[in-house]
Amino acid sequence: MNDVVELWIYLSEMPLFGLTATLAAYLFGFLLYARSGYASWANPVLTSVAILIALLLLTGTPYPRYFSGAQFIHFLLGPAVVALAWPLWQRRQVVRRYFKALLTAALIGGAVSALSAVLLGWAFGLPRELIVSMSPKAMTAPVAMGVAEAIHGLPALAAIFVLYTGLFGAITAKYLFDWCKIDSWPVRGFALGTQAHGFGTARALQINAEAGAFAGLALGMQAILGSFLIPLVFRLFQ
Amino acid sequence: MDGLKGFTILLLFQLAGEGIVRLLGLPLPAPVLGMVLLLPALLWEPLRRPVQACAEFLLSHFSLLFVPISVGVITQLPLLEQYGGRILLVLSLSTLLGLVVTALVLRALLRGTPADQGDAAHE
Repeated sequence: MNDVVELWIYLSEMPLFGLTATLAAYLFGFLLYARSGYASWANPVLTSVAILIALLLLTGTPYPRYFSGAQFIHFLLGPAVVALAWPLWQRRQVVRRYFKALLTAALIGGAVSALSAVLLGWAFGLPRELIVSMSPKAMTAPVAMGVAEAIHGLPALAAIFVLYTGLFGAITAKYLFDWCKIDSWPVRGFALGTQAHGFGTARALQINAEAGAFAGLALGMQAILGSFLIPLVFRLFQ
Repeated sequence: MDGLKGFTILLLFQLAGEGIVRLLGLPLPAPVLGMVLLLPALLWEPLRRPVQACAEFLLSHFSLLFVPISVGVITQLPLLEQYGGRILLVLSLSTLLGLVVTALVLRALLRGTPADQGDAAHE
């Protein structure tokens, strides 16, 4: 018995543990997602994060130790964002033709996201630093953390708000769009990418290639527009 | 080999993004700038096949890449215990509003164009 415990302690302290656990949990989550017929409520990120949090809490593994292995997956986020150029390239004609409409929708959508979060946060009596950290919630996580820092919010909190927003958007968008009778793939994809960044884009890519390309475009536009405009607006009102 | 070449190309563009952001002090995330730079570079035909191979692989597993930071929620549990309910309410309402407004604005702007023809009723 002691040998087993010792072996577990040895293995769980290796980076290999966090990396393997992440992949295994995600594969399991994806299996459930596929079984459900790719239902939006069975989001594989939600399942795998729940499994991993339970695992860390049960085994008393601190997050930094887990992340020492999981960072190898996290690292791929950078090249994956660069890779979004590919679906855009494939649809460059469509993007060029509708660029004005897309830019307008991105500006209005981004403004609604940031302003409504700030106003609602204020109405619900949340502390200032929480409200500030909420404003970049529609942007992709690495960008939102940078913006939060620039406007004196808390980057770690901003990351969590961004993740919840993305997950919530990716799960609810299907029902919301069906209910509002929005049935164009480009429109659904673009709205998902604008409000739910990477999670929304991941979901859109899984469902329809055209929706995925517009979501990737929206994510990029939001990242570029937001990282200039949100700090600018905060500076004006300070 | 295409996949590996593609991966190297993506990293080179991210690196270029990092360098430019740092040199010019831009408030932009480097990978986003990398994406913006890669787009016109794809006019150069030899880049396309490798980039396609790697991009399709990475993007088909895009949601996996968000798992490690998402697990970081456990480091903020005390704060979330105190304000969690209200935070979730604010973020949820704001996101629903944003989704509807973005979709309705874009639908109105695209009305009558081919991009408005929908078949997404059965997602």
